[in-house]
Amino acid sequence: MRIKISNGFVIDPANNIEAKHDIYIAEGRIAAIGIEPEGFSSDKNKLKTIDASGCHVIPGIVDLRARLREPGLGNKGTIASETRAAAASGITTLCIPPDTTPVIDTTSVIELIHQRASEAGYAKIVTLAALTAELKGEQLSEMALLKKYGNCVGVSNALSPIKNNLVMRRAMEYAASCGLTIFLHAEDQGLAGNGCAHEGAISMRLGLPGIPETAETNAISRDLLLIEQTGVRAHFCHLSSARAVQMIARAQYDGLPVTADVTAHHLHLTEMDIGFFDSNCHVRPPLRTQRDREALIAALATGNINAICSDHEPHDADAKLAPFGETEPGISALETLLPLALRLSEELSLSDVIDRITSQPAKILGIDAGTLSAGEKADICIYNPQTNWILKTEDMLSAGHNSKFSGWEFKGKVTHTLLNGKIVYTNQSH
Amino acid sequence: MTERPESQKLDTPALLETLSSDLRDLLQTRNIENPLMIGIHTGGAWVAEELHKNLNIKQPLGTLNITFYRDDFTRIGMHPQVTPSNLPFSIDDQHIILVDDVLHTGRTIRAALNEIFDYGRPASVLLAVLVERDCRELPISADVAATRIQLKTNQHIKLARDKNNLTLSIAEAK
Amino acid sequence: MKQHDIQLDKDGKLRHFLTIEGLKKQMLLDILDTAGNFSSVGARQIKKVPLLRGKTIANLFFEASTRTRTTFELAAKRLSADVLNININTSATSKGESLLDMLRNLEAMQVDMFVVRHNSSGAAHFIAQHVAPHISVINAGDGSHAHPTQAMLDMFTIRRYKPDFSKLTVAIVGDIMHSRVARSQIHALNTLGVPEIRVIGPQTIIPKEAAHLGVHVYHDMQQGLQNVDVVIMLRLQRERMEGALLPSEHEYFHMFGLTEEKLKLAKADAIVMHPGPINRGVEIESSVADGPQSVILEQVTHGISIRMAVMSMALGRSSLTDGGQN
Repeated sequence: MRIKISNGFVIDPANNIEAKHDIYIAEGRIAAIGIEPEGFSSDKNKLKTIDASGCHVIPGIVDLRARLREPGLGNKGTIASETRAAAASGITTLCIPPDTTPVIDTTSVIELIHQRASEAGYAKIVTLAALTAELKGEQLSEMALLKKYGNCVGVSNALSPIKNNLVMRRAMEYAASCGLTIFLHAEDQGLAGNGCAHEGAISMRLGLPGIPETAETNAISRDLLLIEQTGVRAHFCHLSSARAVQMIARAQYDGLPVTADVTAHHLHLTEMDIGFFDSNCHVRPPLRTQRDREALIAALATGNINAICSDHEPHDADAKLAPFGETEPGISALETLLPLALRLSEELSLSDVIDRITSQPAKILGIDAGTLSAGEKADICIYNPQTNWILKTEDMLSAGHNSKFSGWEFKGKVTHTLLNGKIVYTNQSH
Repeated sequence: MTERPESQKLDTPALLETLSSDLRDLLQTRNIENPLMIGIHTGGAWVAEELHKNLNIKQPLGTLNITFYRDDFTRIGMHPQVTPSNLPFSIDDQHIILVDDVLHTGRTIRAALNEIFDYGRPASVLLAVLVERDCRELPISADVAATRIQLKTNQHIKLARDKNNLTLSIAEAK
Repeated sequence: MKQHDIQLDKDGKLRHFLTIEGLKKQMLLDILDTAGNFSSVGARQIKKVPLLRGKTIANLFFEASTRTRTTFELAAKRLSADVLNININTSATSKGESLLDMLRNLEAMQVDMFVVRHNSSGAAHFIAQHVAPHISVINAGDGSHAHPTQAMLDMFTIRRYKPDFSKLTVAIVGDIMHSRVARSQIHALNTLGVPEIRVIGPQTIIPKEAAHLGVHVYHDMQQGLQNVDVVIMLRLQRERMEGALLPSEHEYFHMFGLTEEKLKLAKADAIVMHPGPINRGVEIESSVADGPQSVILEQVTHGISIRMAVMSMALGRSSLTDGGQN
C-alpha cells in the first residue's frame, strides 16, 4: 500500500522544512517529499490519498518519558490502552523508564514489553534499562547485556535515589564505557523528605510538607561534577526550577555532554494551581513558582532545555482519591502533550515547538525517528491546527483520567497518525 | 366592602393599663405574692418592662430569647445578633408571669415554656399578653389579655417602640 | 477559572467549616456572636437547647485526641444532636478507597455532619468534596493545615479581653511550620483586622516562607514580645527534636519558653494563651500558665460555645430544606 498525503503544511524541523508539500509513502517509509517519485501512482488500486488540506504534517511525536504501567500495574493502564491513547495523540515513539514491576533490569522484561507493543500495533516503544539492580542504588545492572540484547536506549534509576556518591560515580563510568546515556532524576532524598509540594508560599499556606528547590539543585550539582569527572553522556529529566535551568545551561556552555527535558505540565502549571488540595496537581518534581515556569519556557526557547515530554503517569481513580499528600503523584498526559506544546506559540516558533517534541527527543534517545527525511520510517502525525476542542476526562483514551487539564480549551487536534506507513489513528470528524 | 386604612393603630396605653389591672386582679385571686416576670424578646420584653413598673415587682425583670428553641430553626437558620436570654434569678418553685405582646399560633409560647423548664422547675407559669388574636395552632391560651381580636388572613399585628412609647398597629399585607 | 468556595452554600451561608482562609470578616464575627449567645447555655441548670434535635453528628477521628473530641461531643450534645464517636486507626485506612467507603456507609446511616480530624493536610477538604450534598463537614484539625474552631475560640477569648481587634499586636510563639492552630489563628487575626501579627521561634520551625502568611518573623523572643497585647504559646511536639529541628527541650525553654521575666516585655495587661495540652517547663513556665495573665482554662470553656455556634450555623441553613416555609 502506498500513501500520498496531499496539500498538507509540512513542518520538519530536522530538515528545515516549513512549507506546503505532498508526502509520498511506500513500503512503510517516506519515499519523497514534494516531488512525486516516478511511477508512484501507477497503480491506483494500491494508492491511498490523505487529504491534509488545512492541516499540519509533522514527524510522529517522540515522547521521552511515559509510564504505560505494564508490566506490573494493570489497574492503571496497559501497553495496549496507553499506546492507543498515544496514537490518538500523534505520538509514535514512547520511551519508558525502568520502574516497571518487575524492573527493567533483565532482557526478558524488555522482550515482553516489545512483544506487547507489537501486538497492540499503535506505537513503538523504546526502553531505558535500570542503572542499578532492582533500582536499589547499590549494584550495577547488566547494562552492557541490556544494551546488546535488549536494545535499551539508555540507563536510569528512574525516581529511585542513588544515595551513595561512589555508586553513582561507578554507574556513570560504566555507562560511559558502554556508550549509554544516563537519564537522571535530580532529587536529593534527604532534602525532599516526605514533601509533596514545592516548598514555598503555597505549601506554607496549606501546611503541606515542602520539597525545596535545593532538593533539585543539590542533586544536579553533585551529578554535574560526576558527569564532568566520568565523561558520561547525561540527560536530566523533568527540570522544575529556574535555578536548575541556570546550572544546566552553565554546564552546557562549559561543554559538558548534558541535555534536559521539561514536562508539558511544568510549562503550564504552577504551585498556585494546587488551589485547595487538587490532587491532580500532585506531581514529582513538584509544580513550582511562576518565576520557575517562565525560566523553563525561556530555556526551552533557547534550547538549553532540549525537549518537552509528557511524563505520562496514568492512575486508577482511587490513587487520587485521598488527602493531597497521600495521593500518588503524576498526570495522565499523553493526550495533552501536543496541545500543550502548541500553546507555547507565543514564546517559541511553531517549528521550534515541533522540534522539541520530535527531532530533539529522538536525538537524545539516539534513535532514527522524529524527522520526515526520505528513507526514514513513515511515522507521521497530521493535525488540524484550527480545531478547537475541550478536554473532557470521560473522553480520554488513556486508562488514567487524572488530568489537571480537564475543561481546558485547546486548539489543534490530531486527524491522522501513521506508524511505519500504516494509519493507526484517524479522526476526521472535524 | 368598606375601605380600610392601610394601618390601623390601637390605643396602646389604654391596653397596657387594662393589662396591668387585670394582671393585678389575677395575682390577687391566685394569692401570688412575689412573682417573677419574664418578657419574651423583643415585643414581650417591652410590654413586660411596663408591667414590671406598673405592678411594682421587686425581683429584676427577666428576658427570654427563644431563638434556640424555635421549631422552624432548620428552615430559617439563626441570626447571630440575638440578645441572649437573661434570667437573673433562680426560677425553682417560683411563680412566673410570662409576658408577650401578641399571642398568635402559640409556637413562641411553647418554645418559651421549654426554655423556662431548662432553667429549673417553676411553681406556676401564667401568660399575660397585650393582644390575643385568632389562628392558634397549639392548645395554648392567655390567662390575661388586654384585648382579643380576629384578623383577616392578610392582616398582621405589630408592636413598635418609639422612645418609650409602645404602639400596636394592624397592617395589611399587599 | 475561579474556584468556588466549597465552604459556603448557594446563599453564601456556612455549609462546611474547613479553614478560616477565604471567609469574610462578617462571617467570623457572626460565628463569634453566635458563640456568645450560646455561652449562657452552659451556665444553666439544664445545659441543653433543642436546636439540633434529631440530627446525627459523627466525630470521625483519624488521629487520637480526647480533648478536642470531647469538646465537639459536648457541643453537639448541648445542641441535642445525637453523637457518634468513631476512632479510626489510620494504618487501617491508608487507602482513599476505604475512607470513601466508610463515608458512604455513614451517609447511609443518615448522618448529617462529620467532624473530622486527620493527620493529612487537606483531609477535611477531601471529605467535604465527596460527601452527599446535605452533609456538613467540620474540620477538627487536618495535618499541619488548619484547625479553624480552635482559632475561633482563641479569637473569642481575645475579644472578651481586647474587644477592638484593630488595635492589637499579637505574638504567636513556637512551631509555626507544623502548626495547624497557628495557620488558622493567623488567617483569623488577619481577617479580623489585627494590624500586627508576630511569629517567634528559630528558623527551623519558622521558615522564611512564613512571611507569606502575613506575619512578622522574629527569631529573638525578647524583641518579639515587646509591647504585645496577646501572647499565644504553641505546644511543642516532642517529635520535633528528631529531624534536627531543635536541639533539646531544655534549650528551647531557655530561648523560647514563656517565663514571668519574658512576659514583662509584653504590655502590662497582656493575656497569655495556649491551645493545650501544656508542656510545663518546655514552652511555658507553670507560674505563667497558672498566673493572673493566663486565660488558658477559659479557652477550653469557650471552645464548647464556638463549636455549638459552628455546628448550628452549618446545620441551620434554609438551603437544607428547600421550600415549605410558612
